[in-house]
Amino acid sequence: MPRFNHAPIERSSFLLFLLTFFVISIGGLVEIVPLFKVESTVTPVQGVRPYTPLEQLGRNIYTREGCYTCHSQMIRPFRDEVDRYGHYSIAAESMYDHPFLWGSKRTGPDLARVGSKYSNAWHVAHLIDPRAVVPVSIMPSYAFLMDKDLVTSDIRDHLTALRGVGVPYSDDMIRKAADDLKAQASGENADDLMARYPKAKLGDFDGQPDRLTEMDALVAYLQVLGTMVDFTDIRLEQKDK
Amino acid sequence: MSIAVASIPIQGQAASLSQQEAIPGYNEAIIKRFTVATVVWALFGFSVGTYIAAMLAFPQLNLGEFLTFGRVRPVHTSAVVFAFGGNALIGTSLYVVQRTCQTGLWGGPRLANFLFWGYQAFLVIALTGYVMGITQSREYAEPEWYADLLLLVVWIVYFAIFFGTIVRRREPHIYVANWFYLAFIVTVAVLHIVNNLALPVSFTGTKSYAEFSGVQDALVQWWYGHNIVGFFLTAGFIGIMYYFVPKQAERPIYSYRLSIVHFWALIFLYIWAGPHHLHYTALPDWAQTLGAAFSIMLWMPSWGGMINGIMTLSGAWGKLRTDPILRFQVVAVAFYGMATFEGPLMALKPVNSLSHYTDWTVGHVHSGALGWVAFIAFGALYYMVPRLWRRPLWSVKLVEWHFWLASVAIVLYISAMWISGITQGLMWRAYDQFGFLQYSFADSVAMLHPYYLTRALGGLLYVAGAVLMAVNFVMTIRQPAPATARAEALATA
Repeated sequence: MPRFNHAPIERSSFLLFLLTFFVISIGGLVEIVPLFKVESTVTPVQGVRPYTPLEQLGRNIYTREGCYTCHSQMIRPFRDEVDRYGHYSIAAESMYDHPFLWGSKRTGPDLARVGSKYSNAWHVAHLIDPRAVVPVSIMPSYAFLMDKDLVTSDIRDHLTALRGVGVPYSDDMIRKAADDLKAQASGENADDLMARYPKAKLGDFDGQPDRLTEMDALVAYLQVLGTMVDFTDIRLEQKDK
Repeated sequence: MSIAVASIPIQGQAASLSQQEAIPGYNEAIIKRFTVATVVWALFGFSVGTYIAAMLAFPQLNLGEFLTFGRVRPVHTSAVVFAFGGNALIGTSLYVVQRTCQTGLWGGPRLANFLFWGYQAFLVIALTGYVMGITQSREYAEPEWYADLLLLVVWIVYFAIFFGTIVRRREPHIYVANWFYLAFIVTVAVLHIVNNLALPVSFTGTKSYAEFSGVQDALVQWWYGHNIVGFFLTAGFIGIMYYFVPKQAERPIYSYRLSIVHFWALIFLYIWAGPHHLHYTALPDWAQTLGAAFSIMLWMPSWGGMINGIMTLSGAWGKLRTDPILRFQVVAVAFYGMATFEGPLMALKPVNSLSHYTDWTVGHVHSGALGWVAFIAFGALYYMVPRLWRRPLWSVKLVEWHFWLASVAIVLYISAMWISGITQGLMWRAYDQFGFLQYSFADSVAMLHPYYLTRALGGLLYVAGAVLMAVNFVMTIRQPAPATARAEALATA
C-alpha cells in the first residue's frame, strides 16, 4: 500500500489554508442549506401571524433583558412537558421570530405557551416583585419597566427592517403601525388592528391607563406567546385556508 | 509537598532564560500586551461569573436596571470566552508562530498594535453594550451589528498577520500548533460572518433584526455556538497544547502521525455537531440525528488529541511531582479528555432529554472552560511570562497554591452542577402514583439553593487562584533582572 505523505500539505501554507477551509465548510453546507430548501422543514399552519407593533416592541424588551438566558420557548414532545406547558412547539410557530428565542436553559419555566395563562395584573405584579407572587423565585425584579415610556417613534423603521428579513408586513401594516400600537394598548378603535392581526389582546396591560410603558409592551408580548395556533382544530395542517 | 526542592530546577531554568538576549526581529512587545490583557480579563471574567453565580443563590444581588442576571450573564460569557480566551489565543499564537517560523510578525509593529487595540475596543464596546441592553440575544454572539463589523475588520488583520508570518517562514514545515491556530482563525471568521447576518433598523441606531428566523435561525446559531466551542475553545487551545506542553516537559510530541489524523478528523467532524443543542425541538429529525452521530464520532479525534498531549510526558512523568506548571497543563488535557467524553454522552438523545435545559449543561461547559481552557492557558502564561520579561518566576510556591485552589474550585463547581442538573431533570419528569406531575416548577427552583451556594464558593476559590497568579506576575515583572545581579554579586565577592 502506498504510504500517504502529509509533507506537501504542511510545507505549503496555501494548500493547508485551502484544504482547511474546504474541510470545515462541508458539515455546515450539508446541514444548513437543506433547511432553506426542503419544504417540510416548516409546515405552515393556520393562525400564525406576524407580531403586532406592540408585541414586537415587547419582544425587543424580552431580548434586551436577556430573558432567554433563563427561559426557553420550545416545548419538547414529552408527556411531562406537554402536561406542564401544553402542546409541543412546532416550527411554524417561530417562523416570524427574528431572532429565534428557543433558549437553552430553564432556570425558570418554559414560556412558549405562557400567553393567556395568567392575567395581565399577575404578570405586572410578578415582574415588579417576583417573590411577592412566587416566594421561592430567584428572578430579578423588573419594576423599572413601569417607569419607562415605550419608545414608539421609530416603529415603522422596525417593521420595515423586519419586512427586509422576510416578515410579511404589508404596506398597510407599516403605514398604520403607530395607530395599531395605540389601538392595542388602549383597546379603542381596534377594528382595523383586529383585522390585520387576528386574536390580538387589547387593553391597558400595565394598570397605568394614562401611560404607554415598556411594561405594557412586554406583557402584551408574553400574552400572545403560544396563543396564535388553535391546537384543538383538527384541520390544523391544512396548507391553504 | 516538596516545594523547596521543587523550586530549584525551575528557578534555575528560568534564571538561565533571563540571561538570554531579546531575539532580534521578533515582536515581543505585542505578546507582552496580550499577556497582560489575558490576566486582566481573566480576573474580570471570573469575578463577573462569581457575581452572577451569587445572584442565582441570592436574587437580591440583582441591582436595578443594569445589573440583572439577564444582562450580566453575557458579560461573563463574553469576558471569559472572547476576552480572556481570545487574548490568550491571539497572544500565544503570535508567540508560537514567530518561534516556529523563525521570523518576525508580518505587517510590522503598527499592524500588530492595531490588532491589540482593535480587539480590546471590540470587547469594551460589546460588554458595556450588554449592561445597557444592547444585544442580539444570540448566545456567544450577543454583540450588535456595528461591534460585529469592527470585530470582522480586526479578525481579518489577525488572519493577515498570522498567515503572512507563516508564508514568510524560514522553516520548510509548518509546525502542528500553527495548523490548529490557522483552522481556529479561519473557521471563527466563517462562523462570525454567517451567524451575525442581520439588518439594522437604522444606521444610526444599535438595534438590528437577524436575517434568519425560527428553525433556520436556531440551526445557524447552534452551528455557530457549538463551533465556538469546537474551534475557539478547542482547536485554538489545542494549538497552545502542541507548543507549550512539549516545551515545558522538554519532550517531543508523542506521535506525529496521530497529530495529522486528529487534526483533520477534528476539524471535519466538529462542524457537524451543532444540532445536538436542538434535540427534540422543531428542528427536523434528520438534522438532529446527524448532529448526534457526528458528536459520537468526535470522541475519537478528541481522545486522539488528549492521548497525544498526555503521552508527550512519556519518560518525564516524574516532572509532574516537582513542576506545578506542567501539572496545570497535564490536568488541563485530562479535563479535555473528560469534557469530550461527557459531551458526546450528552449529545445522545435519551441522555439529552434529561440533561437539556438543566444545570448539567452549565457544569459540562465549565469542566471544559475552567478545567481545560483556563488551565492550559495558565500553563502557557506561566511559561511565557518569565521568558518575555526575562526574569525568573517570583514564586513557584504560589503556582502550587493557584493549582490547588483552582482544582478544588472545579470539583465544587462541577459536582454541584451535576447534582442540581440531574435533580432538575428528574423532578421535571416525575409523576406521582395518581398520574399527576409530582413537582411544580417552583419546587425544582427551591431545591437549587445549596448547590448554587456551592457553585458560587467554587467560583470564589477560582478567582482567588487567579489573583495569586496575577500577584505572582506583577512581582515577577517588578523584580530587577536577578540573574545578572547575582552574577555581579558573585563576581565582587
